[in-house]
Amino acid sequence: MISLLETAAATAAEHTEEAAAAAGHGAEQSSGMPQLDFSTFPNQIFWLIVTLAVLYWVLSRIALPRIAAVLSDRQGAVTGDLMAAEEFKQKAKEAEAAYDKALADARTEAHKIVEANRAEIQKELDAAIAHADSEIAARTAESEKRIREIRESAATDAREVARDVTAELVRSFGGNVDQAAVDSAVESRLKGALQ
Amino acid sequence: MASDAHGEETGLSFHPMDQFLVKPLFGTGEVHWYTPTNVTLWLFIVAAAIIALLVAGTRGRAIVPSRVQSVAELAYGMTYKMVEDVTGKDGLKYFPYIMTLFMFIVFSNMLGLLPKAFTVTSHIAVTGVLALAVFVSVTVLGFVKNGTHFLGLFWVTSAPLVLRPILAVIEVISYFVRPVSHSIRLAGNMMAGHAVMKVFAGFAAIAVISPVSILAVTAMYGLEVLVAFIQAYVFTILTCVYLKDALHPQH
Repeated sequence: MISLLETAAATAAEHTEEAAAAAGHGAEQSSGMPQLDFSTFPNQIFWLIVTLAVLYWVLSRIALPRIAAVLSDRQGAVTGDLMAAEEFKQKAKEAEAAYDKALADARTEAHKIVEANRAEIQKELDAAIAHADSEIAARTAESEKRIREIRESAATDAREVARDVTAELVRSFGGNVDQAAVDSAVESRLKGALQ
Repeated sequence: MASDAHGEETGLSFHPMDQFLVKPLFGTGEVHWYTPTNVTLWLFIVAAAIIALLVAGTRGRAIVPSRVQSVAELAYGMTYKMVEDVTGKDGLKYFPYIMTLFMFIVFSNMLGLLPKAFTVTSHIAVTGVLALAVFVSVTVLGFVKNGTHFLGLFWVTSAPLVLRPILAVIEVISYFVRPVSHSIRLAGNMMAGHAVMKVFAGFAAIAVISPVSILAVTAMYGLEVLVAFIQAYVFTILTCVYLKDALHPQH
């Protein structure tokens, strides 16, 4: 590379002289390094400085402040959004807690209502059972009373029939009917049979 | 050049340096300092492209950026971070200048890779001015900010006293070599890459070699895209390093 530069530098001097003439025919000029053609330096340097000045002006006045503003805006927006998100998260947590509490309250309330209803129903049920029991008892007593009446009437009838039959039997055998004797005889015979 | 001699023997014609010729845009006259040339044209194209990206691209000022705006923001963010990381907070005052340099070089390098394009950064006149501007402004800034303390940059206090004068000489030489290496690194990389591609492309005239030649050109092109960006980055980061030396001359 260095030797290349040296050869090129050596040819550069003659190159410079013929630069004006050679500008038209590039093929001839290709034997040297255009980089070392010093006749073009003022031109390159002038236009480079113009370009750099324009670029520096545009960048420092317009482009870079704008990009900086955009970046800081974004940073601000992101930070703001993160804070808002944190706030919303807190709110959501609170809402969840409130919801849980409401749910628990509702559950206990429901439980209470169920208990109250159950107690009421139990009470009604107990009353109904007691009522039914008393009715059953009353009916049973009535039935027993009637059965007893029927039984007693049956016993009286049986005694009556026995007396009549006995009196008739005695009469038909030609005996004299002594009502008292018949009664006592029937009574003694019926004792045990009608119990 | 050797390639030319070789070219004449085989019937191939190599003109790898023709692409760097400075020609007037209109007519064939002499190149005066004010003549609009192909250099002028491409400098303007570079400036227009940069303005299109950084000004027109950010016209929307959108919180959610468009594609062009995100590219502009990426370029801004990358350069801003570079300046901040290397020079510290007090170097951010000079960020617009460094951003201008970086955008100019990266756009020149990239646009220069287009077919038929002229690469302004392949010229030592251009890179020399860029490097000299950095050198002069950094040196002036160093003396303005630190006065004579800026000379402490050359007086290595951490070295033994005996070695300090010798080191001072070396430091001074290396300081003055900076603009040379700074400019030749960029121009040399650009010129070499483009010339090599041109030479490879010249071989495509031979039918048997042409597939290899085209593959080689393709590979070189990929490499050159990388080089174009890396050289712009290197130039900029070195500028930041020099600026840091001017702001904080203590080693």
